[in-house]
Amino acid sequence: MIKNKKVTPESTKKPKMVIEINNLSKGFDDMQVLKKLSLKLYDGENLVVLGKSGSGKSVLIKCIVRLLNPDQGTIMVLGENVSELKSKKLARLREKIGFLFQSGALYDSMTIKENLEFPLRRIKKKLSKKERDKKIEETLEHVGLADTLHKMPSELSGGMRKRASLARTIVVDPMIMLYDEPTTGLDPVTSGGISALINDVQKKYLTSSIIITHDIECARATADRIIMLKDGEIYMEGNIDDFENSTDEVIQSFFKQKA
Amino acid sequence: MSINTLVVKQQVIKLSEKTIEKTKEANVFFSGIGDFFLFLWKTTRETFSLNFEFNEFLRQCFQIGYKTLPLISVTGLIMGLVLTIQSRPVLVDFGAVSMLPGMVSLSIIREMGPVITALICAGKIGSGIGAELGSMKVSEQIDAMEVSSTHPIRFLVVTRVLAATLMIPVLVLYADALGILGSWAGANIKGSVSFVLFFNQAFRVVDFMDFLPAVIKTFFFGAVIGLVGCYKGYSAGHGTESVGKAANSAVVLASLLVIIVDLIAVQITDMLL
Repeated sequence: MIKNKKVTPESTKKPKMVIEINNLSKGFDDMQVLKKLSLKLYDGENLVVLGKSGSGKSVLIKCIVRLLNPDQGTIMVLGENVSELKSKKLARLREKIGFLFQSGALYDSMTIKENLEFPLRRIKKKLSKKERDKKIEETLEHVGLADTLHKMPSELSGGMRKRASLARTIVVDPMIMLYDEPTTGLDPVTSGGISALINDVQKKYLTSSIIITHDIECARATADRIIMLKDGEIYMEGNIDDFENSTDEVIQSFFKQKA
Repeated sequence: MSINTLVVKQQVIKLSEKTIEKTKEANVFFSGIGDFFLFLWKTTRETFSLNFEFNEFLRQCFQIGYKTLPLISVTGLIMGLVLTIQSRPVLVDFGAVSMLPGMVSLSIIREMGPVITALICAGKIGSGIGAELGSMKVSEQIDAMEVSSTHPIRFLVVTRVLAATLMIPVLVLYADALGILGSWAGANIKGSVSFVLFFNQAFRVVDFMDFLPAVIKTFFFGAVIGLVGCYKGYSAGHGTESVGKAANSAVVLASLLVIIVDLIAVQITDMLL
């Protein structure tokens, strides 16, 4: 692993840790996807995880919310060991984590309003209907989709679906955001818009985020710190300048290819 | 090494390769059965959980019950009509045409109505559920539900299985009624019999114990169709191809299980009555 100077959001302050992963291993059949991986996410930080397809990026964040069970290692999220949580406690922890899926994963039998209402009804149970409607309208306005309230997901473009999906994730005020390839399949202009939105969300909702991507522009726009995965292990850690100035062949080939 | 030894060696290698292949197939088969029972256990456990998704259950009752009515109406009417047209000549030969309403109503209520309706529902409802849940799985909607603190089995599976369990008996009763109506229409093609006389004769031979086991088994048909549809959709693999496979295998397995449940129900009824 190539390790550059330790980069934390505000290294002088001793930032609070929100996610701590130690020796995480995960495999499928004969293939080992993650190999004793360790990483930390600090409060208020945008951590970008770069890597080629199949390097284990998505598996990593799916393990964090326990959509996949790790074979080995510990994952501490907001001070709780995810692997040891019973279903009720896990559900409560998941309420604090927003997960933006690669495909958007909007419920296609529901309108955009119903999509946002779905988690809101279950997580913010105390909100009245009026408060719920107001919250939905505000969130959709924030992502620039105020006029799509009664539209079906199939009526939206790819970029709009990503925004709607992001709105559904942030409507419940999560503390941690996990983005799985947020700009994949989008044109450069729309991708730029999504990257800006990720930064907006961090500022407005004070979230800590892990952004899984292989889009260098997205990494450049959003990253406080970058980790590059290769064959299930951390290959390099640093900020965008460290990566761009790196003379390592693998890093160079990745950055040149994507430039 | 002699030629014979080489041939024997090759045969042994071939045999071991085939054994490994068959063992793998058996493993997949048995792990599939294990997965199904695990799924059944999770569904049963969530059925009795406190947070019942009542609105989704009502929506599913509407989808499964109301939206299947047109198909069941046509099937029920034709079932009675065909049964009457086919049976009438034989009964005329024996001079027993007056037994036609009773015979047709008995066969519709005891067997034809429940089984044909259940098979139609296995096709429409089973494939619908399988494809819907399969596509939700493939497009990560089920995962999205899980991370937003909603138990997908409680929201998607329990509601659909319960709706199918309750709606299919209603659809069967409706199909039975239309079947007998179709039979009256069939009887009037070549003869003339009044509506009241036909229904009087039809229900004279049917007693409560013909009716009860037939209705009870339809609850099991409903549960089987709902469960198989959900299981196949829920366990769909990746890619759009697996959605088609999930829908297809849901229909095949649900239809097969309906026939098997019917056989068991008939045996139990026969032993008890």
